[in-house]
Amino acid sequence: MSHPAPIIIVGAGHAGGRAALALREQGYAGHLLLIGDEPHLPYERPALSKQLLLDSQPADACHIGSAEQYQAQAIERLAGVRVAAIQPQARRIRLHDGRELDYHRLLLATGGRARHASLPGADLAGVQLLRTLDDAAALQPRLQAGQRLLVVGGGFIGLEVAASARQLGCAVTVLEAGDRLAARALPPLISEKLLALHRARGVEVRLGCQIAAFRGDGSVSAVALADGELLACDTVLVGIGIQPNTELAAAAGLAVGNGIRVDARLRTSDAHIYAVGDVCEFPCPVSGQPQRLETWRNAEEQGRHVARSLLGADDAYAALPWFWSDQFDHSLQLAGQLQAAANCVTRALPDDGVLLFYLDAAERLQGACGWGAGNSIARDIKLAEMLIRSGKALPAAALADPASSLKSLLKGVTSV
Amino acid sequence: MSHWIAACDVDDIEQEDVLRFDHAGRTYAIYRAPDDQFYATAGTCTHEKVHLADGLVMDHIIECPKHNGRFDYRSGKALGAPVCVNLQTYPVKLEGGRVWIALADA
Repeated sequence: MSHPAPIIIVGAGHAGGRAALALREQGYAGHLLLIGDEPHLPYERPALSKQLLLDSQPADACHIGSAEQYQAQAIERLAGVRVAAIQPQARRIRLHDGRELDYHRLLLATGGRARHASLPGADLAGVQLLRTLDDAAALQPRLQAGQRLLVVGGGFIGLEVAASARQLGCAVTVLEAGDRLAARALPPLISEKLLALHRARGVEVRLGCQIAAFRGDGSVSAVALADGELLACDTVLVGIGIQPNTELAAAAGLAVGNGIRVDARLRTSDAHIYAVGDVCEFPCPVSGQPQRLETWRNAEEQGRHVARSLLGADDAYAALPWFWSDQFDHSLQLAGQLQAAANCVTRALPDDGVLLFYLDAAERLQGACGWGAGNSIARDIKLAEMLIRSGKALPAAALADPASSLKSLLKGVTSV
Repeated sequence: MSHWIAACDVDDIEQEDVLRFDHAGRTYAIYRAPDDQFYATAGTCTHEKVHLADGLVMDHIIECPKHNGRFDYRSGKALGAPVCVNLQTYPVKLEGGRVWIALADA
């Protein structure tokens, strides 16, 4: 079946780019338009805080697909173009230059923008954010050995940049308002491991730290704390989360909560409009509660899933939440849900590594979090993911025992 | 032309598992399949330079520890996004209790 009006994707980040390519993989042969406000090809963001700053990977290695690939697959790209409005009744969008485009289906993958600190001096030169390739390109030359970097926010972006900058020889201080690192996403034990690693590698970490202002003459030279202390610096990175780009959807009258609201098929309150990625607030497959996930896996999997939904498939999006963070030569991974668990089982690993298993009252695994050197915990977290999906009751003693193989538990060969 | 290099002992790898082997500045992954056959591929994922030996082997599939890119390690075939470039594979032989892989002469 062919339609004269195209499928239009607004937002050419990871989720939008993946959805465009997946639509072609799924056999969609109609007109397909991918609109993004950045000049770049769609790209993955994990390297922005690490490899791009360390200069160990070129920017184009982050791209999803090549220009030739989009051309060969007849995916029309409008790069550096902003969408001004959606008219759902007319099934039409208006671009900033006034052009109007009709759509058959519309996919919103508008992502988010880095939140800025609403403090005096936030507009000084050298107060940086990190969300885009251009942000990374602007930050990278500031991280020369001997430069002083102040990181505002002890979440993943802040900590990964702190680790990269330290590896480059910068003097790095992390200022976190809360009482532990990455508290929104991580169990307290993993926050402690992160704190110990950063301090051991020479990062100064201040918890419970309130900032009053950025100071400087044109360019930032210090951060003033609420207690009056002044911390001198050459660069500030503000890493305090993102603001989902919901304005277009809200102005068009779509249901918006903490993101653009969708159902389990990733369809918004308008039957012809879908949403995916960082901006998408979708029902948690376990609890049914609306949730928004800002992760690589979520962008990748929702991008692929929505391609099927757009083409008429009726299956619910049910991917398990999963993310990782690399800091120095360590990594952490988290799969599933940790909240609402009845019991947490700890497995100690060599070299200060650890696996945490979160079980419900029936001893079924709900979530797992691992920390260790290199990617040492990756396969155990992958197996944990499969154990979560299996729904099997698991003996806590086996989960706690480093000698007991998770693969054996999965295959039903209990070693207890 | 190629030459044979001893990568590890047969007993170094459990069934349905993988081991990293570094040689002459390059890195390889050696696999022992559930049917006790041995295989060898390039050591890092074609998507990003992540060591596959930290990934999970299930049957004849190796899954990258980071992005869930999956390969059939017998043929090196990439099994769908995010990976689309196949892994280089290398001939393997067992001799004297050791696993040998054939590498192209530099």
